[in-house]
Amino acid sequence: MYSKKFERFILGVCTRCLTSAVNGTTTSARTAVSWTSVRKHHKQFLERRSQNGFAVVRIRHASKTTVDPNEVKRFRLLATKWWNEQGDFAALHSMNDLRVPFIRDNLLNAHGGRQPGKPLAGLRILDVGCGGGLLTEPLGRLGADVLGIDPVADSIGTAEVHAWHDPDLRGNVRYRAITLEELSEKGGKGAGQFDAVVASEVVEHLADLETFTLCCNQVLKPGGSLFITTINKTQLSYALAIVAAEEVLRIVPSGTHDWDKFVSPVDLERLLESNGFHVESIRGMLYNPLSRAWSWTETTSINYALHAVKLEEEPNPDEDDPEDPTVIVAQAKARRWYN
Amino acid sequence: MHSLTKTALSFNGIGRRCVALNRFSETRIICRGLTCTAEHGEHEHELYDVIISGGGMVGTAMACSLGLDPNLEGKKILLLEAGNKKVMDKVPDAYSTRVSSISPGSATLLSGVGAWDHIMNMRCKPYQKMQVWDACSDALITFDKENLQDEMAYIVENNIIVAALTKQLENLSDQVRVQYKSKVVKYTWPKSHQVADAIPWVQVTLANGQILQTKLLIGADGPNSMVRREAGIPTVTWNYDQSAVVAVLHLSEPTENNVAWQRFLPTGPIAMLPLSDTESSLVWSTSHRHAEELLQLDEESFVDSINTAFWSNENHSELVETAGSLFRTALSVLMPSAGSARQLPPSVAGIGPKSRIMFPLGMGHASEYIRHRVALIGDAAHRVHPLAGQGANLGFGDVACLTQLLSQAAFNGKDLGAMQHLLEYETERQRHNLPMMAAIDLMKRLYSTNAAPMVVLRTFGLQATNTLPAMKAQIMAFASK
Repeated sequence: MYSKKFERFILGVCTRCLTSAVNGTTTSARTAVSWTSVRKHHKQFLERRSQNGFAVVRIRHASKTTVDPNEVKRFRLLATKWWNEQGDFAALHSMNDLRVPFIRDNLLNAHGGRQPGKPLAGLRILDVGCGGGLLTEPLGRLGADVLGIDPVADSIGTAEVHAWHDPDLRGNVRYRAITLEELSEKGGKGAGQFDAVVASEVVEHLADLETFTLCCNQVLKPGGSLFITTINKTQLSYALAIVAAEEVLRIVPSGTHDWDKFVSPVDLERLLESNGFHVESIRGMLYNPLSRAWSWTETTSINYALHAVKLEEEPNPDEDDPEDPTVIVAQAKARRWYN
Repeated sequence: MHSLTKTALSFNGIGRRCVALNRFSETRIICRGLTCTAEHGEHEHELYDVIISGGGMVGTAMACSLGLDPNLEGKKILLLEAGNKKVMDKVPDAYSTRVSSISPGSATLLSGVGAWDHIMNMRCKPYQKMQVWDACSDALITFDKENLQDEMAYIVENNIIVAALTKQLENLSDQVRVQYKSKVVKYTWPKSHQVADAIPWVQVTLANGQILQTKLLIGADGPNSMVRREAGIPTVTWNYDQSAVVAVLHLSEPTENNVAWQRFLPTGPIAMLPLSDTESSLVWSTSHRHAEELLQLDEESFVDSINTAFWSNENHSELVETAGSLFRTALSVLMPSAGSARQLPPSVAGIGPKSRIMFPLGMGHASEYIRHRVALIGDAAHRVHPLAGQGANLGFGDVACLTQLLSQAAFNGKDLGAMQHLLEYETERQRHNLPMMAAIDLMKRLYSTNAAPMVVLRTFGLQATNTLPAMKAQIMAFASK
């Protein structure tokens, strides 16, 4: 059995090397290891670094929408591949071993012991950027009432078809091809409804983090939890998550991640804390490509998971209506300016 | 594949419209359309989370174990058994011939399931010591726990184990459903995950036409497992040219019957396992021809042959005796305190009425214990020679391991039929079972001959092991898991 797994791994690596060697691209003749694209990436990285320096960090707020059309296009092409456990999304499938217990245990701590067999029963969870429903389904199986949203309709379609077969999931797992802003602004219908929001492997694909944070705040109940897993913005994460994972080992399809969009835990924490959240815990995660398993680790240099809680709102009678979203945005801007 | 392309195309078209227009009723219409085009009658078939096929000792234990697990509460579990329900209101006076040696590890599982209390109330015999010796020499090995206080293992009749587990299942009727007299005629395996509109579950077709679906099928249907055959799992099997003759023996006089005896004859091992102060169980593995002869003998001759088998020294040869005493002297110099005197088993006076049966022996091992949505436990996965009394214990070990992994998977919200935790089960159990099976097979082959070199070799081996308490403790620990 071990020899079989090892064989399969070696075969996979060799096949990928061979196919990439056979399919040359038009722009550059790719070798099995794609050194040209690695060098190209590194050159761009060095240019960016010389322009900005590492000390200056930009939080992206290019547009008022969180959705990046290039990302949508990229994920639409991968829509049918979500549920192949050994395929392009294998690393996400095995990440469930970490993120489901992380979400489950933190929610159980916050909401007390629930019935055995369905530990998350009675909780409403929003899965932002759910893709094919890889994380939505386990949360649904644990009894939670889950809504999965994603701007890529094809992924939502795949997710719905997959979940439809299982009568256990039909009752409490729902999907909508909608963006987070649209959900949070729908005349208060999306506001303050969810016990938890999960944004796993999503913030590194977004166009505007500030809007994202504000919308998360909108849709959460006071005291609700926000769970984020994403990739840190360090040299190590460049080496491992971009070069190694995308170009060399092909754990993730090439071009999935853009190093510029990674955000470090310090910046993310600062952003969340200035927008009505309190960050409870940050933990590092590490992927082992040989065993294809994730594990918790001390360092947050590569991947990390973050748990934040929305602060209970304090009523402030001599200000405008605190629920008004424009007022919240204005207040946030003011805070940033003065800080 | 056509329907998949069509659906993909329709998704693409709708997707483009929807990103612009923000309306998703179209996707729902597609899903409803899929409902109509899906295989007719999918909704009529009941879908279970786990179906266990085979209601023997191991299958029923699995059902109890899953039913009691808190993380699996609310899951639909079904046990299918082709025979009748085994109820035992009153324990029959006569002992039954098929018995098993239950190790402390298996006893722990059974008490965790709540069946051990029923077994203790019905009938079981703990024993504290085991003596194993050779017919061709004086070599022997004894196993016992220190002070003879703790039990080494228990001898329990198989039908008592099944009855106790069945009684426990009755208490779990909310969690576990049982269908008796349900013979399975066909299994339909799920197609690969990538085919979007195929049924992803295992389908079980019963003889009465009922079709059931399940997310995980556990095959506990014995050494000729239909689940294993239909799944196409390659199996390594061979027949030992031996049959086992089992009987219930009446001893000549009552004795503190707490020792299990096994002697390796050239034709095969003969074992006497205690059932009570006056009765013991016989398991005599021998060639097919000899087994048939034994069945034909009248009671007195049969009893004589048993006593001769245990007591006579006709297989001893000069060479072996000299070698044996030489080894013993050498070992007593090295380890003076160890070593034990050979004791003789109690003599047999008669046998229980109508209690002689024979059955063929073989070895079997499934090269894979699992497939997508399928797992094998018990004799369906591995079949061993009874000489070490481990067959049932290996099965109960499978039950404990698989229950724990399924419980953890359910607590992590996983699909129970997913390969990841099933692979963990296979790895862990194969790591434990294969060395045990190899050892048993090796013992069988080693003791099947009376050629002098082999005899001398095994004599020395046995005597040496007997003088090393650490090694004996290791062997006992391995066999007790």
